[in-house]
Amino acid sequence: MPRRGWRRMNNIELLFSSPAIAGGLLIDGILFGSIFALIAYGLALVWGVMNIINVTQGEFVILGGFAAVVMADNGFHPLLAVPVAALVLYVLGRLLYRTIIHRIVDRDLFTSLLATFGISIVLQQLMNIVFGGDPRNADAGLGVWFAFDYSIVLSKVKLLAFVLAIVVGAALVVFLKMSRLGQAIRATAQNARAARVVGIDTNRVYEATFALNAAICGAAGALAATAYTIHPYIGLPYTVRSFMIVIIAGLGNIGGVLAAGLGLGAAEYYAGFILGAEFQIAFVFGLLVVVLLARSWWLGRKRRYLK
Amino acid sequence: MFRVMKFAAAAVIATGAMAGTQAFAADDVITLGAAVSLSGKYSTNGEHTQRGYDLAVQVINERGGVQVGDTTYMLEIKYYDDESTATRGAELAERLIQQDGVNFLLGPYSSGLTKAIAPVTEQHGVPMVEGNGASRSLFTSGYRYLFAVLSTSEQYLASAIDLAAERAADLGKAPNELTVALAFENDPFSQDVRAGVVEDAQRHGMQIVIDDKLPKELNDMATTLTRVRALQPDLLVVSGHARGAATAIRQIQEMRVDVPMLAMTHCDSAKIIKEFGDAAEYTLCASQWAPTLTYQDDLFGSAADYAALFEKTYDYAPPYQAAESSAAVMTFVDAFQRAGTLDRAAVRDALAATDMQTFYGNIRFDETGKNIAKPMVLYQVQNGAYVVVAPSEWAAADPVLPRPGWADR
Amino acid sequence: MNPQKMFLYGAIVLAGLAGPFIFPNNQVQMTELWLFIVFALTWDLVGGQMGYNSFGNVVFFGIGMYACAVVQIGLVYDVGEYTAAKGGGTAFIFDLAQYIWGFAIGLPVAAMLAALAACVLGSLVLGMRGHYFAICTLGLGIAAGEIAAGWDWIGAGSGMTPAPPPHDIDNVNRLFYYMAFALAVATFATIAWLLRTRFGLAINAIRDDEDKAEAMGMFTTRIKVTAWVIAATFLGAAGGIYGNLKRFIDPLDTAFSGATIGVWMVLMAILGGKGTLWGPVIGAIVFQVTKELFWTYLLGWQRVALGVLIVVIVVFFPEGIVGRVRQMFPERFGPRADAREGAE
Repeated sequence: MPRRGWRRMNNIELLFSSPAIAGGLLIDGILFGSIFALIAYGLALVWGVMNIINVTQGEFVILGGFAAVVMADNGFHPLLAVPVAALVLYVLGRLLYRTIIHRIVDRDLFTSLLATFGISIVLQQLMNIVFGGDPRNADAGLGVWFAFDYSIVLSKVKLLAFVLAIVVGAALVVFLKMSRLGQAIRATAQNARAARVVGIDTNRVYEATFALNAAICGAAGALAATAYTIHPYIGLPYTVRSFMIVIIAGLGNIGGVLAAGLGLGAAEYYAGFILGAEFQIAFVFGLLVVVLLARSWWLGRKRRYLK
Repeated sequence: MFRVMKFAAAAVIATGAMAGTQAFAADDVITLGAAVSLSGKYSTNGEHTQRGYDLAVQVINERGGVQVGDTTYMLEIKYYDDESTATRGAELAERLIQQDGVNFLLGPYSSGLTKAIAPVTEQHGVPMVEGNGASRSLFTSGYRYLFAVLSTSEQYLASAIDLAAERAADLGKAPNELTVALAFENDPFSQDVRAGVVEDAQRHGMQIVIDDKLPKELNDMATTLTRVRALQPDLLVVSGHARGAATAIRQIQEMRVDVPMLAMTHCDSAKIIKEFGDAAEYTLCASQWAPTLTYQDDLFGSAADYAALFEKTYDYAPPYQAAESSAAVMTFVDAFQRAGTLDRAAVRDALAATDMQTFYGNIRFDETGKNIAKPMVLYQVQNGAYVVVAPSEWAAADPVLPRPGWADR
Repeated sequence: MNPQKMFLYGAIVLAGLAGPFIFPNNQVQMTELWLFIVFALTWDLVGGQMGYNSFGNVVFFGIGMYACAVVQIGLVYDVGEYTAAKGGGTAFIFDLAQYIWGFAIGLPVAAMLAALAACVLGSLVLGMRGHYFAICTLGLGIAAGEIAAGWDWIGAGSGMTPAPPPHDIDNVNRLFYYMAFALAVATFATIAWLLRTRFGLAINAIRDDEDKAEAMGMFTTRIKVTAWVIAATFLGAAGGIYGNLKRFIDPLDTAFSGATIGVWMVLMAILGGKGTLWGPVIGAIVFQVTKELFWTYLLGWQRVALGVLIVVIVVFFPEGIVGRVRQMFPERFGPRADAREGAE
């Protein structure tokens, strides 16, 4: 198709033809990124503290989403599901930790990747059996806020997700700095052996961290179900983007995760707009590879390695 | 929890059906093989497909089975789960034929899977009747053992484009001034539908201003819709199985995107009315079948009777994916009876000579194996119901064009 | 090589040659098994023997698959026209000579292109270590699939049908079987030979302590890239055969199928025993048989079973079958001091 390149030039022109388009896309992208930022907090915690890459993130999100859908089906307001989903997922997180995850904490990252991949297939399949394969949505009925004769339209649910992303981020920072458990988590992340020496029950810390992550994902999922559609097999986009965000931001940096999340959302939207939707995901992963290569090259100049 | 009960109920029915068939001696059973998508991205439509097959088998067996020559046979289906992947589908077809000794295959869900399975059935000379693989390319490959009861991909949205051209005056333009935006999932079926739409649009001289491929992991199409809002096309066409339909309806409402015409596929399999209510209003939907059509047969009665029976059994209105699957089973049965033998080649020839009416429509195959006796219909969602608006011989109402803007709703 | 081993290898080759005649109905599954053995062996060369856990080896598999299909078609017809017609049609027919030549040229091209890709990508990403290497290769695998899915010339998301076999071959699957078998034997022989050379020692040294290996004067990057290139060569050829075996190439489900074949190759290697010669072979056999049984007897639940199997293998059984056997019978199967007798 010879028209492709020409079309892309047109898309760039179109993007900057009106501030409403460029601005609207930016805002949409940032709101889109906020849900991923939420999920990435949890991943950063689990990765940083337990050295586990949890591929089950997306399935936790979808489970949280189904909690909202089930509540909406039974006449409750879907936003009530945000705390409920968090609670349900918290319990599931503890359960998973006690049965499986605690066995892989001390093992290499590779093991955790594969093991959680296995868990994620099981969860997908169970959701399909229990909730069915229909794409679902729990409309919160919040409506939209708009400006400039509908050229900028903001969904209030997405705004809520954005606010929640900031609030949860701030709360996490406070929690990690101030509370006893938070301090124990940070101590364990810095040096698990030393933490055990000073009497911290690292096993409990790990369990709390993993369950906390699941709870955050659940809350994010309840929002995702109201803002987008969910489906038992749609967890992957959530997993990979949270993954990407954490890699860009680095571990143990909640503010960085938030910034990376919002930035990635916006970047992805601009890429999708200009290149066409078919290259949106390729762009995200291309970016992942480029970021890693750049970091590796940077470290290589100092004779160090990315590991 | 409701789903769980439904699942349990379905399991009980399935067990019952199995127990029923086991009462007969093994040589009085015709086993049809099917690989359907019970899991993965097509699981919604895979389930519709399976239920369509099951319902037909159940009714046929209740009526005493199939008379082939001097023997009466019960029907039975051997299922595998293809997990919505083409590779798996081909493996399972091979296994059904080679290891399970199945002589007749029912189609999987989706064109991609059918494309993967057709070379296998062709190689082994096993007839396959399918109701869910619409890609035109399936019928240009010279397959002799493939028969499709459905209309092919290029017909899906042809009537929507024709409608736009016909009613261009209502949109305040000449047909060749209309602009079209396309958003199609990047899979064989949707891309073939797209090819048909592009041809039709060019025939009317319309200009295509957006032509996006949506990713398979589809849960967001905001970037496409932003461009739609900026370029204001007259017609937006979306196709991406159940998830594409659901995502489009959700986000068009949420972003308050105004287009004079919105046409898509898979509305009923995504249950957009139940799920999105008012947001689904005025959407034009391509459908292979509608319960209001006037076709009939001896087994199910009229299209409406089929719909009632399906709803009674499975608790929701039958999407066309289920209807065409049931029709595929009926086509096989008809061919068995006319062939008078279960020899593969004889059944194949009988299939090629099929000329019948079912509740789903007329079925007559051309030499490439596609059904040429049944047109597509175009629904519009009006007041929370699917109403046939085209072609005119079945139209129950006039289409509402243009769609009212979001500000006026 | 002692007589016992000669006998063992001879028996395996004989069984492989006779396989399709003994179990004609399982021919396709056995073809797949030989290819799975190639997947597991090539993954293990880099992942097990060299310690670089890659999730992106499907890149080479997919490149090989597309390259072979494109060559097979391109020798006779215009590839763009062929894919635009969505999979052949009656207008695109290959006679026996064209078909055979397509393979004779297509498979080596597939292997070479995959090797070239490994050379380029390897020199970029093999500077990373440990997890970041795993993650980066994962990203590569998915990005490659998405790019293939956007590229119209090779059919984009509509997929591509490899050259349809001519009608005068009545059992084309048998041809695929013997190609897969030959490839598996060649892969095994090459890797077995490599592991007995200094190169084998070198990659083991990199696995055990890369910094020390480098300090000893090894050109570690060159060695790492070489190992990846060797793995990619065989994988590319395997991709070429696999695409023809499946007769339909979907960019994400068949060619760059990171979530299925990409993960399975790792699992098979771990199941059999990472870092051993026979482990991946045994792992592939056990995995293929288990997978087939799941699909047959656990309709609708087979993925649950597969997920549980993955967790069990990785969590409870990380040393693999060969590793476990070695622990149980160290005198008979354990590592020996003279195991490296072939090394110079």
